[in-house]
Amino acid sequence: MPFTTTKSAFWKGFRDSAPFILVSGPFGLLFGVLAAEAGLIVPEAFAFSMAVFAGSAQFTALQLMQENAPVFIVLISALAVNLRVAMYSASLTPYLGSAPLWQRAFASYFLVDQSYALSIAKFEANPDMPTPQRMAYFFGTCTIVTPLWMGATIVGALIGTQVPESWGLDFVLPLAFLAMIGPMLRTPAHMAACLAAVVTALLAAGLPYNFGLIVAGLTGMIVGAQTELWIEQYKAQKAAVR
Amino acid sequence: MSQFDTSTLWIVILGLAVGSFTLRFGFMALMGNRTMPPWLMRHLRYTAVAILPALVTPLVVWPSATNGVLSLPHLAAALIALAVGYLSKNLFAAMGTGALALYGITVLIG
Repeated sequence: MPFTTTKSAFWKGFRDSAPFILVSGPFGLLFGVLAAEAGLIVPEAFAFSMAVFAGSAQFTALQLMQENAPVFIVLISALAVNLRVAMYSASLTPYLGSAPLWQRAFASYFLVDQSYALSIAKFEANPDMPTPQRMAYFFGTCTIVTPLWMGATIVGALIGTQVPESWGLDFVLPLAFLAMIGPMLRTPAHMAACLAAVVTALLAAGLPYNFGLIVAGLTGMIVGAQTELWIEQYKAQKAAVR
Repeated sequence: MSQFDTSTLWIVILGLAVGSFTLRFGFMALMGNRTMPPWLMRHLRYTAVAILPALVTPLVVWPSATNGVLSLPHLAAALIALAVGYLSKNLFAAMGTGALALYGITVLIG
């Protein structure tokens, strides 16, 4: 569908992002509650969400800080969880690369799962869309989700200070990670990566400084990439035989 | 649960802020229209699906609620949350079912 103006592209992005209210709101709320449980005060939780703006990385950092992991392990692990945004950046570059640098810098801050998923689908379906309209659409997709994520963190942190210790929220964060992993298991390669990481994490749990996490993460990545390669080669061979 | 100090928190927040922005801006700023080598993209695809299970596995097998002793309710709740997440693709359905399972199984076992 062609847009007549940059403005209509913005509002289209705005409307398309509406379903994500149901994701970002509760997820931000949960981060706020768990941050408060971990001892963060409300301004700290808010600063965390505003400065980092990456849900799963924030949860990862929160968990590891509670385990008193060394700072560099916390940073490496949380950034590794967030490495997918580098892929998003690479995949959007052909579409947004010709926009002014300051616009690309702004857009980068707002590059999250939701804005990427909506935008790449739109750009691929409309190859003739001019870059200013692409930018407008992209910013439209962030306009609800961003303030919602930060506002929900504040509300969550306020609620979290009221939750009594006896509620036993200590298993909520593991459940949140598991719930995030489930939908990621899209292909056999993803499953292989996950399984390899689980087995290695158990075997390497005794390593000091939470280093087992890094070893297990790297093992999972390599197994996932290799499995993908094998499956591709197998398919290519099958096609060649035919 | 052990507490961490404020300076650690702020180092992590600032480090993640700079790091995340670099990851997001890196390619759009520098790469232009070049593409990344396929082997690198292939490994990047599996970072989240490797790191998150590596992080959560010890939390499930040695839960803090039991001081690190393997516990059937926690293990079962974790597997149920994972399965519901996989089948429904819905984060909150998965978390809710997992929490209910943990509570229910704990009550049943007594």
